[in-house]
Amino acid sequence: MTATLATEPARVAATGQRDGFAGTGALLRLTIRRDRIIASIWILLFVIMAASSSSASQDLYNTLESRVRAANAVNDTAATLALYGRVFDPTSLGAVSLIKLGAMGAALVALVAIFTVVRHTRAEEEAGRAELLGATVVGRYAPLTAALLLSVGISLVLALLTALSLIGTGLPAAGAIAFGLSWAGAGIAFAAVGALAAQVTEGARTARGIAASVLAAAYLLRAAGDASGTDDSTWLSWLSPIGWAQQVRPFAGDRWWVLIYLVFFAALVTVGAYLLVARRDHGAGLLPQRPGRAAAARSLSSPLGLAVRLQRGGLVGWLIGMVIGGLAFGSIASQVGEFVDSDSARDMIMKLGGERGLVDAFLSAEMGIIAVVASAYGISAALRLRVEETTFRAEPILATRISRVRWAASHVTIAIGGTTLLLLTVGVFAGFAYGAAADDMAGFGRVLTAALVQLPAVWVLTGITVLVFGFAPGLVLAGWGALVVFLMLGQLGPIFELPQWAMNISPFTHTPKLLGGEFAAMPLVWLTLVAAALVAAGLVGFRRRDIG
Amino acid sequence: MTTAISVSGLVKTFGQTRALDGLDLTVRTGEVHGFLGPNGAGKSTTIRVLLGLLRADAGEIRLLGGDPWADATSLHRRLAYVPGDVSLWPNLSGGEVIDLLGRLRGGLDTQRRADLLERFDLDPTKKGRTYSKGNRQKVALVAALSSNVELLVLDEPTSGLDPLMEAVFQDCINEEKDRGRTVLLSSHILAEVESLCERVSIIRLGRTVETGTLAELRHLTRTSISAELAAAPNGLTNHPGVHDLQVDGTHIKFDVDTKELDAVLRQLTQVGVRSLTSQPPTLEELFLRHYEADMAIENGKHAAVAK
Repeated sequence: MTATLATEPARVAATGQRDGFAGTGALLRLTIRRDRIIASIWILLFVIMAASSSSASQDLYNTLESRVRAANAVNDTAATLALYGRVFDPTSLGAVSLIKLGAMGAALVALVAIFTVVRHTRAEEEAGRAELLGATVVGRYAPLTAALLLSVGISLVLALLTALSLIGTGLPAAGAIAFGLSWAGAGIAFAAVGALAAQVTEGARTARGIAASVLAAAYLLRAAGDASGTDDSTWLSWLSPIGWAQQVRPFAGDRWWVLIYLVFFAALVTVGAYLLVARRDHGAGLLPQRPGRAAAARSLSSPLGLAVRLQRGGLVGWLIGMVIGGLAFGSIASQVGEFVDSDSARDMIMKLGGERGLVDAFLSAEMGIIAVVASAYGISAALRLRVEETTFRAEPILATRISRVRWAASHVTIAIGGTTLLLLTVGVFAGFAYGAAADDMAGFGRVLTAALVQLPAVWVLTGITVLVFGFAPGLVLAGWGALVVFLMLGQLGPIFELPQWAMNISPFTHTPKLLGGEFAAMPLVWLTLVAAALVAAGLVGFRRRDIG
Repeated sequence: MTTAISVSGLVKTFGQTRALDGLDLTVRTGEVHGFLGPNGAGKSTTIRVLLGLLRADAGEIRLLGGDPWADATSLHRRLAYVPGDVSLWPNLSGGEVIDLLGRLRGGLDTQRRADLLERFDLDPTKKGRTYSKGNRQKVALVAALSSNVELLVLDEPTSGLDPLMEAVFQDCINEEKDRGRTVLLSSHILAEVESLCERVSIIRLGRTVETGTLAELRHLTRTSISAELAAAPNGLTNHPGVHDLQVDGTHIKFDVDTKELDAVLRQLTQVGVRSLTSQPPTLEELFLRHYEADMAIENGKHAAVAK
């Protein structure tokens, strides 16, 4: 030992380890083995999203005139500029049909990249599995390198397949490749951000939060930059990696050189991550662990108190998202009349109830999307029960005088209360933004109602999750499966002209669509009863089964 | 004398696996009962049935006079549990977990909590994710020991504790015994069981194979004798209680069934004893006898498969 130190002291001191990359190949194979299914699903979803968006628009925007009108509707409205970005070439079919997926899609790819990197770095370290591997012939940099390679690989495969599918729908090849690479660039840039965030904190949850906040900030920067310019994006958009992805301008000039910004940014941030890896201890973060309270607060004396404590951080994040989403949807709704570009469509909508009916229809559609998002929150909040059970943290609680039902009810309460709070928040902020923008404060109540009528259907998803948790805990991911099925029924049902009974399986089918005259309370009452019955049955099942 | 725990014929299966196969266990009120067995013998499964976390497939189970499945919550007011592998919430401090579990159990003795934190040298302000295995174990121990309950159910509570803390733990259990509490102690540390427990049960493959006081169990096994005699020994070879006899002139070494000790010693004194050391069987030997039986069965199975 002394001899080796004497012969090569400088090199060992600089890297802390002789061959920091040893074992990277083996780790990369392990990460691919672990992620092969989930990564394939992600890639497939993005490819389908892009291809279906493109092919659906082919007929809609088959004339130059229709394209320019649609593009102007986006470019002339600050709210849509902020949400989607600018259509850089109003005459280009590709640019018009993929406007909704440019920045949004890039941000979603970035989110996948962040989750992938953190999952294979900090989360492994926190779980103690990285230590098991770290004691074998695995270099200090190997886990980070493997995670980054996997993430870059996913981004590039996703880009390639997306480009091919877009070419398949008839769009120009150069633009399609530029579009795919703009997504991949965002993925690679934020994989690096995830890698850096993973070095900073001891907890994977916090690392994901930090990286996602950077992503949100990048999105907001470009939103401000895009919305504030009159003919072009302002310099603010150029401060944001998501802005750069847009500035590649696929199908509108294909500016390949902008991709260098993304690659350079990713390289710089990655170097930062490597510097931190070399300097920190295994398992430690940069942010010092703050000491906690020596004694519990009064609020931490019931299962519900514990559930609130465990879930409040996540809920706050979701609420912030709902505030932003609500403000965006509300201000867009106020301008919805300008969107409708065909006179006949406008006439039809006028017959249905005029401008107000149109706004209601738009709100109802947007709130339908919000309902799916809120359902996802409800499912994940209820799934916390299973997480607590499988990590053996439920056992000590259930060995006290707390009954099983009371313990389970605590997290169910968070799921039900949390979804209520989310829709209330989105309703209030959308209502406020709508009222202020349209100068119609009477609209506030209508917007809020449009949000709140979604609740019973959202609760049904929570109910399904609790039911499966109670009777078949091993299949608890079926809650997500149900959401996907209902989503597909809603999206594809009308296209394939499915029979009504099939459509009726989805709780979202029963949510009233128009708030005006046909507003019906009965379906809402029924949905609420179904949700309550599902939760109750789940709790009964949980009382009877083995724990663990 | 009343019984705190009585289990007879307990069966629990998981799919094809028969984890518990007619297990019996009796713990008297006020005693510290050692619960021993090799890995996978079914100790933790038994404890989880006793806590009402698992439902028994068959068998009679009484815990503090109630049915652990049906009366779970009311019985849980009267017991405290330390799991074998303590998992803490990453963002809750140790002090918060101790208070939470204490409150959920129905209150804890704050004076005793402070005292135990001191004795176990545990920092209650650290977050769950930063504790070592031993310190996580201490959190659960402090939470259990600072509650006023009749029964302590401890599943390998000292795994991960250093020898100093092991000594503190033994002191604490002796205090609990003096206060009249009942303790079910599952453990692999035989010295700990020997110094703490009045009675022990040894289980293997989901069945109880030995139960009784340590003295009773010792009686069933052999004592090692090493002696220097006045002359060459006679007749020992034929004695049915003597095993592994080695004779080296006037020096002899052998194991003797403890119940034959009287007769064998009488034979030795007839020859004349110059020096004698005897070693009582350790719990380890008791345990290993069953463990080896286990291995033999396993090997037998493999041999059968090989054929």
